[in-house]
Amino acid sequence: MGRYFAIRIGRAALTIVLVVTFAFVVLRLSGDPALMILGPEAPPEVLAAFRKAWGLDDPIWAQYFDYFGAIAKGELGRSMRDGRPAIELVLERIPATLALTLPAFAFKVALGIPAGIYAALHRGSGIDRAVMMTAVAGFTVPSFVLALVLVLVFAVQLGWLPSGGQDSWRHAILPIATLSLGGAAVLARFTRSAMLEVLGQPYIRTASAKGVPWRKVVTSHALPNAAIPTVTILGFMVGTLIAGAVVVESVFAWPGVGRLLVVAVANRDLAVVQCILLLVAMTMVTSNLIVDFLYGFLDPRLRTKGAHA
Amino acid sequence: MPQLVSIEDLRVAFNGVPVLRGVDIALQKGEALGLVGESGSGKSVTWLAALGLLPRHARVSGSVRLEGREILGAPAAELDHVRGGRVAMIFQDPASALNPVLTIRRQLCEALALHRDLQGNAVKAEARRLLDLVGIPDAARRLEAYPHEFSGGQVQRIMIAMALAGNPDLLIADEPTTALDATIQAQILELLSTIRSELNMAMVLISHDLGVVAENCDRVAVMYAGRIVEEAPSNQLFADPVHPYAQGLIGALPPLDGPRRRLTAIPGTVPDPAHMPGGCAFAPRCALASDPCGLAAPSLAPIADDRSVACIRAESSRRALLGIAAE
Repeated sequence: MGRYFAIRIGRAALTIVLVVTFAFVVLRLSGDPALMILGPEAPPEVLAAFRKAWGLDDPIWAQYFDYFGAIAKGELGRSMRDGRPAIELVLERIPATLALTLPAFAFKVALGIPAGIYAALHRGSGIDRAVMMTAVAGFTVPSFVLALVLVLVFAVQLGWLPSGGQDSWRHAILPIATLSLGGAAVLARFTRSAMLEVLGQPYIRTASAKGVPWRKVVTSHALPNAAIPTVTILGFMVGTLIAGAVVVESVFAWPGVGRLLVVAVANRDLAVVQCILLLVAMTMVTSNLIVDFLYGFLDPRLRTKGAHA
Repeated sequence: MPQLVSIEDLRVAFNGVPVLRGVDIALQKGEALGLVGESGSGKSVTWLAALGLLPRHARVSGSVRLEGREILGAPAAELDHVRGGRVAMIFQDPASALNPVLTIRRQLCEALALHRDLQGNAVKAEARRLLDLVGIPDAARRLEAYPHEFSGGQVQRIMIAMALAGNPDLLIADEPTTALDATIQAQILELLSTIRSELNMAMVLISHDLGVVAENCDRVAVMYAGRIVEEAPSNQLFADPVHPYAQGLIGALPPLDGPRRRLTAIPGTVPDPAHMPGGCAFAPRCALASDPCGLAAPSLAPIADDRSVACIRAESSRRALLGIAAE
């Protein structure tokens, strides 16, 4: 078991290094921050001074090693726009993002999993078809389209809810609904197919054949098995809690991490973008680790394999 | 002897395609019946249908009586009591027949809790006794293990223990040894026959292995394309099969003694259930078929006290068999 996790943690660290490296290189090859921040009208000597001050004149590999050296000391750099530590800027946006993504996550689970289970248990019924049609729609419609449709209906036509901003809890309803519907659709589809797969297994027939009432066959025989693939997708969703709302935050002018990322990329505010990407990579990797751990908990076959490995 | 189970005119169709086309089986208490036939002939479907274990889209009709009481279409609660409590079933692939995420103890105790009036420690003690009975060593410790920690043969033993948990009157063993290698196969069959005689339990052994059936059953029913085509005491069926299909099956077995001969294969293949020939389903493959065979499907009719055959040429095919034997 220990080695099972040591290998996974090692892999996780490698993933983070790769993500950060990739972001570092792409950002530096895709535009000059001095021009972006100071504007094309800025005098050449100002631009040169800016580049010198932020170390942008150094060769890229030197910048890269400086950057990793700083990370090792816990420094994630400063915003080129206002000079504040990037981490501070990012951290102060996190509560706003979580105010959308956490409730949305809860709704995804509360809607998607029961709908998927119900559809699987009543396969081929009218409700199954309705759930699956909704799920396919929720799955294929991009979130910005859904967001705009919701705004059109509930803000513009009906005037029930505000179309953007962060002034009250009512402002959060449409962004949360946008995030929840798409996620619930994905989860419903996943849960349904996981359940159908499990319900077709011989051990379900064995349980029925020994006289276990159907309700208990579902709860104590089918669900624990169907939970294993479902946990994968849940883990992925946990991984997107921090930066999964980029599009929705932009559409609804919600001042979260996603909006900060969009603005920082547009400005080539290198330290801020890198700080967000590092954070995203870390949440993703952590949620993957949790999923791996849950696999071991849910599936005894992996547990023993881990112990032998 | 009183009848334990009587199945009459049992029919099953999946999406309008008939797979079981009128099956009659009567089973006495304590009796061992073998059910043989090719894959898809309806051996397993017969018993899954009888116990209400087929998927919902299966259309089932006919009658299944357990000690005179109709169980086909019985309410769920009554069926749950019958399953495992009166009629238990074990399956072909033991590795996938146990729930991979639950311990053996949970799966075994679940059956005990459902069908036996046991509480607390008595449940666990009984679970240990059952594992001992089926020959799993170190039962107390092994109860806490998961299915994947056992070999195929051991899992089948656990399945048998689980089947015995409800003290059933009838055990349906659906190809119980097909997925196991030969030595384990013999051990499992040995275990089944010991348990059967100790507990005076009736058994239906579903198999396509004629040898297994011959050794372990009092009576054999041969199924073809969703019907029983011949039914006879084991020794008589193997010595003197009457239905041309049964003759074909037995002719395809290598004899242990006597001169070497070419094994005869039955020409053709099993008909597609969606396109059954009118009349006798075996006629297109039958060497003895004549015009009347194509007109109506023959019904299972007695030809002696304890034998019945579904073939309009039962008499002539019997003679033909004798003729071949005389050559």
